[in-house]
Amino acid sequence: MREGKVMNQSKMYPLYFTFVALILYIVLFIVPGFLGIYYSFTDWNRYSSEIHFVGFDNYKTILTSNKNYMGYIGNTLKFTVISNIIKIIPALFLAILLNEGLKAKNVHRAILFFPSVLPYLVIGLIFRSMLHPTTGFINQALRSLGLDFMAQKWLVDPNWVWPSIYAVDAWRGIGYVMTIFLAGLQSIPEYYYEAADIDGATFMQKLRHITLPMLTPSININLIFGITYGLKVFDIIYVLTNGGPGHMTEVINTAVFQEFARGTYGVGTALSTLLFVFMAVVGLFIVRFLNQREVEL
Amino acid sequence: MKSSKVKASDVIKEIIAIILSLAIIIPFLLVIINSFKTKQEAVLMNFSLPKEFHWENYITAIQKGKLAQSFLNSILYASGTMAFTILVTAPAAFVLARRRTGLNQFIYFFIILGIMLPINFVALMKVMQALRLIDSRLGLIILYTAMQVPFGVFIIYGFVGTIPKEIDEAAVIDGAGPWKMFFSIVFPLLKPVLITVMLLVFMGAWNDFITPLYILNTASKWPMTLSVYSFFGRYESQWNLVFADIVLTCLPVFVIYLLGQNQIVSGMTSGAVKG
Repeated sequence: MREGKVMNQSKMYPLYFTFVALILYIVLFIVPGFLGIYYSFTDWNRYSSEIHFVGFDNYKTILTSNKNYMGYIGNTLKFTVISNIIKIIPALFLAILLNEGLKAKNVHRAILFFPSVLPYLVIGLIFRSMLHPTTGFINQALRSLGLDFMAQKWLVDPNWVWPSIYAVDAWRGIGYVMTIFLAGLQSIPEYYYEAADIDGATFMQKLRHITLPMLTPSININLIFGITYGLKVFDIIYVLTNGGPGHMTEVINTAVFQEFARGTYGVGTALSTLLFVFMAVVGLFIVRFLNQREVEL
Repeated sequence: MKSSKVKASDVIKEIIAIILSLAIIIPFLLVIINSFKTKQEAVLMNFSLPKEFHWENYITAIQKGKLAQSFLNSILYASGTMAFTILVTAPAAFVLARRRTGLNQFIYFFIILGIMLPINFVALMKVMQALRLIDSRLGLIILYTAMQVPFGVFIIYGFVGTIPKEIDEAAVIDGAGPWKMFFSIVFPLLKPVLITVMLLVFMGAWNDFITPLYILNTASKWPMTLSVYSFFGRYESQWNLVFADIVLTCLPVFVIYLLGQNQIVSGMTSGAVKG
């Protein structure tokens, strides 16, 4: 034991063990982020081999162009907020509901979690088929029940397209959010509730004073994952609507891909850079917050 | 009086759970049933069983969508990334967790930041071109490995603490250098967390759609996700073939989920209690 204390820690745990991971991460993750900041001030495009510095022109385009980039940024934020509310609140109550006293508890959990392991792409394709206005399952089922008036052009009608996207996203994600809450619920000692019962506490009182405070870590994790997912969203929108009808459901990452496909790389990197900087700032706060927790523990 | 009330609430619970599970199962059932129908039957997209099970839909989908190639590509990308990620992240997470100097803590949080950061794909393309990794199978695997570094380090880092430090020290006293100590003594002890990381990395690579969209131009290098998407565009009127295609894409993930459900769920929800 004494010998262990004097062992040379830097020889036992050499820094070079981290180098391959660090180099890959820096070169293929961090460098493109910063290179993107540089390119966002240039007219880089597919059709010219020369790249010129153009100052804030790309950002001016984003702010003022009639292509409504600001609307796409707004859509991204709106998606992040709404999709998380729609998943987190029902998932919390479902987790409380399904935590105990269920017969085939594990079977239900396995089923509800399953969509989270599938590609978003596949989920998107399944629902694009099911929501097809004429031959899709949803509308055919509604019509066969005589509910023709409820049959909508789900992914085409401007009034229904966002609710349809949120519904599909929630269908996939609620099981995942719920599973995180269930893990949190299991860490709450039973005697807290027993003591509260003796004091005659109601369900809402127990929820407010025991369950929610004790679930803070789970709520944080769900928010971190949810916000990260929402701001970076691409697959599900690209597959379900490709930003349509018109450009109604365009988000940052679908717009970046369009600029890429069009060859206007400068504007594309500028849009990506806005997201990168915003998420780097949010991320630093989160990492600092997690760091503090670690110190407390 | 009290007991009957409890039972009523239990019944409601069961009913809600069953309805929720059905809501998840029904779309999959619909896809599977219709994948065996003829084109005409599948147009109705309902739950009536096919008159005859048309297994040949699967053969047609595989041939028309060139899925055999894509399937092998996806297997290669997913298993290659799985192996590289483990080899790269486990030593890094081990050293960062064992020796918490200021620099190491900084490196750890710098890496963890990547869980949140978005990738600038347009600029990434430039970097990949410069490294001659664009439109290359190996390039995609290396890129995926880089993308998995933050998550891999994060999960393994948390597990290293459960292995007593005395084991490292004993190995060093026996004369092992750091490589030997890590790979022959510690690495096997990390097995549970490594399996979790491997499963998640495999699924992450299998499910990814956006990266090959930017990085791979040649159709023969496409993974399943890209091929299925392009297949959907061409055969949207033939639900039977589209659905056979979807079933084929889900099948490997489904099998892995059945085999490793506990590790997958615990890995994907790790941090929920402590985090």
